[in-house]
Amino acid sequence: MKVKKNIAISESGFVFDPSSGESYSLNPIGTEILEYLKKNMSFEEISPLILEKYDVDQITFERYYFDFVNSLQQFNLISNEQ
Amino acid sequence: MGKLVFERPIIKKLSSGMPSKFGMKTKIDPITEIDGNLIKDLISAYDSPLFVLSEKIIRKTYQDAKRSFSTRYPKVQFAWSYKTNYLDAVCRVYHQEGSWAEVVSGFEYEKAVNNGVSGDHIIFNGPDKSRENLKKAVLNSSLIHIDHFDELYQLIELADELDKAPKVAIRVNMDTGIYPQWDRFGFNYDNGEAWDALNRIMLSKKLDLVGLHTHIGTYILTASAYNKAASKLADLAAGLERKYGHVVKYIDMGGGFASKSTLKGAYLSGTDTAPSFDDYADAISSALINSGIKPENLPLLILETGRALIDDAGFILGTVLANKRLADGRRSTIIDVGVNILFTSFWYEHNIVPAQAFSDHTEETAIYGPLCMNIDVIREAIDFPALKTGDHIVINRVGAYNMTQWMQFITLRPDIVMIDTDGKPFVIRKKESIETILSQEEVPPHLQ
Repeated sequence: MKVKKNIAISESGFVFDPSSGESYSLNPIGTEILEYLKKNMSFEEISPLILEKYDVDQITFERYYFDFVNSLQQFNLISNEQ
Repeated sequence: MGKLVFERPIIKKLSSGMPSKFGMKTKIDPITEIDGNLIKDLISAYDSPLFVLSEKIIRKTYQDAKRSFSTRYPKVQFAWSYKTNYLDAVCRVYHQEGSWAEVVSGFEYEKAVNNGVSGDHIIFNGPDKSRENLKKAVLNSSLIHIDHFDELYQLIELADELDKAPKVAIRVNMDTGIYPQWDRFGFNYDNGEAWDALNRIMLSKKLDLVGLHTHIGTYILTASAYNKAASKLADLAAGLERKYGHVVKYIDMGGGFASKSTLKGAYLSGTDTAPSFDDYADAISSALINSGIKPENLPLLILETGRALIDDAGFILGTVLANKRLADGRRSTIIDVGVNILFTSFWYEHNIVPAQAFSDHTEETAIYGPLCMNIDVIREAIDFPALKTGDHIVINRVGAYNMTQWMQFITLRPDIVMIDTDGKPFVIRKKESIETILSQEEVPPHLQ
């Protein structure tokens, strides 16, 4: 799973996809996760970082993480190519 | 150092379409309490979902409406429309405020009597009044609003049988320039049927014609339609004065005033489009005052508004059961409030807000009820914050019709709580249990 290379992410959570011309907005946690994904980090690597920083348990985070990743796929911002 | 509050990660596509020229407010404010009671405390005390009525809002709305009319017209009387919400506690608040009762069935008539309303302050409307119901209403000197000729002749018979002149009005339907024109109730003004009915009543000499009644429709957004309706009724009253020297005691303008809930398909919110009580009062009182009725004979003005008086006082509290993605990527949130108890969601875009603080990030969400039925949709699409399972929501403006038209379907109906003017909650209708339902059922011997 890879974030498309040319996607631009600003610190404030604004995302621009030049290939489609679409733009998106992320909430702060969404921005943080997308940054990690851009660095090719896996769920196993991201999870402890979030659990350390936020008041959330493993199961809840896992549930919302995969839902978020599905949304990114839906918008064609990530691909499943290894 | 404590950990940061976790919020679901979300991404939202930005669309650069045409912005609304009205600059509609997109910010959502949470409702965290009702009359000093925290939503989370109410839910932990009475379970979720839960209907809550605010006595304070009921009384304030009533007094606002009363003021709008009584400052424009000398004699005004409200009659509480039982079908809108006939919980005894609710009816008694209106009766305490001075409302009469407006009922449309034998069942509602009984309720009004049990609530201590005197017979001559009960208005009996509707197409279904059994002979027994009519007899009781005649003996109690209730105000019977005749719907059709069959009823008119039945009352003439009863007058002989009981040796008492029933107090009657006729219901009149008419063209007031709005669509749809309700013509299934009462006698038509425009084709002369109403005048014909009045003549038959006057010539029979058996009935005491005390009033004229109309009810032009429901959720009427055009106040001027009431002006036309009041003019037409006043015209009939003036005709009776001229031809028979008979003065009607009252003109009953019915109800149908819009509440501030938003109708499905409406471009603007109901809070922006619904006329105020002042608008309706202006339209009606100016028509009566400017009519051909002699000033000394100006009739009592009766109003049977229901929806606009109680909608704002009702809330339903609920809980998020789950979140899921639909096939097209849209978010859906399932809540424990379904169309079985929120019947009005079939025609309103209900306002749904979280009951706790949340971030400004919202996502287009479909909100579904808990029933295993495809029709159980509370909102097709609403810009909604990211709520988690177990979070609470509040839907406001649900005081009208839901607590009378709700269904016991698939699941059981919840508690209804009224918060009194001191902020103290009382259960005014207990939640159903399996025993409530089974107590009404019987199993034939061969199936036992």
